[in-house]
Amino acid sequence: MTKGLRAQLGVTREGFTLELELDAVPGEVVALLGPNGAGKTTALRALAGLVPLTAGTVELDGRVLDDPERRTYVPTELRPVAMVFQDYLLFPHLSALDNVAFGLRTRGTDRRHARSQARQWLDRVGLRDHADKRPGRLSGGQAQRVALARALITAPRLLLLDEPLSALDASTRMTVRSDLRRHLADYTGTTVMVTHDPLDAMILAHRLVVVEAGRVVQVGTPSDVARAPRTEYVARLLGLNLHRGTAEGTRVALADGGIIHLVEPFAGDVFVAFPPSAVTLHRERPTGSSSRNTWSGRIVGLEQHATTVRVEIRGRPSALADVTAAAVAELDLTPGREVWAAVKATETHAYPA
Amino acid sequence: MPASRRASVARGQRLMSRPREHRSGIPPLVLVPAALALAFLVLPLLALVLRAPWRTLPAELFGPEVGPALRLSLISASAATVICLVLGVPLAWVLARATFPGRRMVRALVTVPLVLPPVVGGVALLLLLGRRGLIGQYLDAWFGLTLPFSTAAVVIAETFVAMPFLVIAVEGALRGADRRFEDAAATLGASRWMTFRRVTLPLIAPGVTAGAVLCFARALGEFGATITFAGSFPGVTRTMPIAVYLALETDPPAAIALSLVLLVVSVAVLASLRDRWITGSTT
Repeated sequence: MTKGLRAQLGVTREGFTLELELDAVPGEVVALLGPNGAGKTTALRALAGLVPLTAGTVELDGRVLDDPERRTYVPTELRPVAMVFQDYLLFPHLSALDNVAFGLRTRGTDRRHARSQARQWLDRVGLRDHADKRPGRLSGGQAQRVALARALITAPRLLLLDEPLSALDASTRMTVRSDLRRHLADYTGTTVMVTHDPLDAMILAHRLVVVEAGRVVQVGTPSDVARAPRTEYVARLLGLNLHRGTAEGTRVALADGGIIHLVEPFAGDVFVAFPPSAVTLHRERPTGSSSRNTWSGRIVGLEQHATTVRVEIRGRPSALADVTAAAVAELDLTPGREVWAAVKATETHAYPA
Repeated sequence: MPASRRASVARGQRLMSRPREHRSGIPPLVLVPAALALAFLVLPLLALVLRAPWRTLPAELFGPEVGPALRLSLISASAATVICLVLGVPLAWVLARATFPGRRMVRALVTVPLVLPPVVGGVALLLLLGRRGLIGQYLDAWFGLTLPFSTAAVVIAETFVAMPFLVIAVEGALRGADRRFEDAAATLGASRWMTFRRVTLPLIAPGVTAGAVLCFARALGEFGATITFAGSFPGVTRTMPIAVYLALETDPPAAIALSLVLLVVSVAVLASLRDRWITGSTT
């Protein structure tokens, strides 16, 4: 028996075909990344059984959930699958507690036990004091956590997250994202997440599956995909240098080596991100510039895109830089050459890890 | 209508010279028939209130005519509403969610009692459930059951005319409800029946309540089908509207008192609906 998810999703509807292969082992977080209309959400709904397959198979822990050829179809409510919807879809007429207890009640747990377990889950997501509130009175971040608790309480083997953070404002998003990361690390089942936010994908997922027009265009770890994007869309989307490190004030010691200076002070584990377009390259060590972060590295790759060239630099830290073709010629940027990279502190973004 | 706009309608003429408010520029010629229409709707009720024998009203209300009729009306209209809920909600569910050939036809049939003269409905009920009726003859022969001219017949007649109100209101609420909540319930392991009971029904509760109130109001005012199918036996089938009609010949003050009671009930129904429609989110 194969543990985890093995899926070949084929869904054909008028004017749209989804053909997507997706494998994931327990404990793994896979992000489906792609532009709007690429079929990510359809893929998720097909895994949940909300959209029946027209071709292919869905197999979870060796059990066939959907296989139109063999006429097998396990309805949604009988699948060991839970889903967090984009706008959470908390039942408006039930309290947060009863929303979380819902999945246990449907499986025959009596009200008292369901509620006591739901209370424990609310505690775990830090909402002990909000148990009696209706969803309408929860903030976006709180609603997201209730939705996550509601999904996880059923101990699903497959957890589906549809744009789990897109409904949140930027400041809530940061903390909810790191909370979500923690909960996903504790979760033993397989997670498939849909997102169009590269930062969410890079921080939360172990593996990216990039989907365009209903097909997989690239699979790999976030850094692999960012380093060698196969399509313009991926290059633009994942144009992000992301490093983990330990902050002390505005100074972050990166785990992979190197130091990055921030504008705002932070403390403890952080992610530091900056776009490749913010990285400038120089032949000599830049002096007198306002860029506070400079380091040297060696060019290991160049990739031509429509208007820019993406330069991969190995160093401390390694980074991607987007420069113009003119700059490539002027600076004679070729693989193997030593260059100086510079990033303004104001161009960096830090997030608690 | 916002208060400001209501005020500008009343100022009618002056609107013409004030282009800033031209959005509500109503020609004065329209205001005349509009006022007539309003008077036409309100004046009869005003007459009823003004001509009511207020001094003898308490005596009339507790007299032999009103009490039994009022009780019978309330009981039969409540029973009809319950039957409409039990049968009508599932019908609305099927109409809103199922796709089957002839669905539009079924939907049209459901609304027939809305436009059918109630007397015709009563005749039709007699032909189906009367002692010689299509089904009634067997009820009589096998069970010794005779429906016409019984309280049960009152309830049946009222259910017949009131059911469409409930079905249409609930179907509308079901169509307006966000079906993704049902998807969410399914991913949490809820069967379709459990989803309906624990998610869909609570979500459309305002629509169901509105439908039930309309249904009750229609059943309470039922006259034509009731008198045709159930007759007018005091205490058994003589409901308020029938009592009003009969009392008008023999005891006009009693008729007015009865009418006032019905008017009060109607206004109460309207007020409760208004509240529902303001707070209800799915209708």
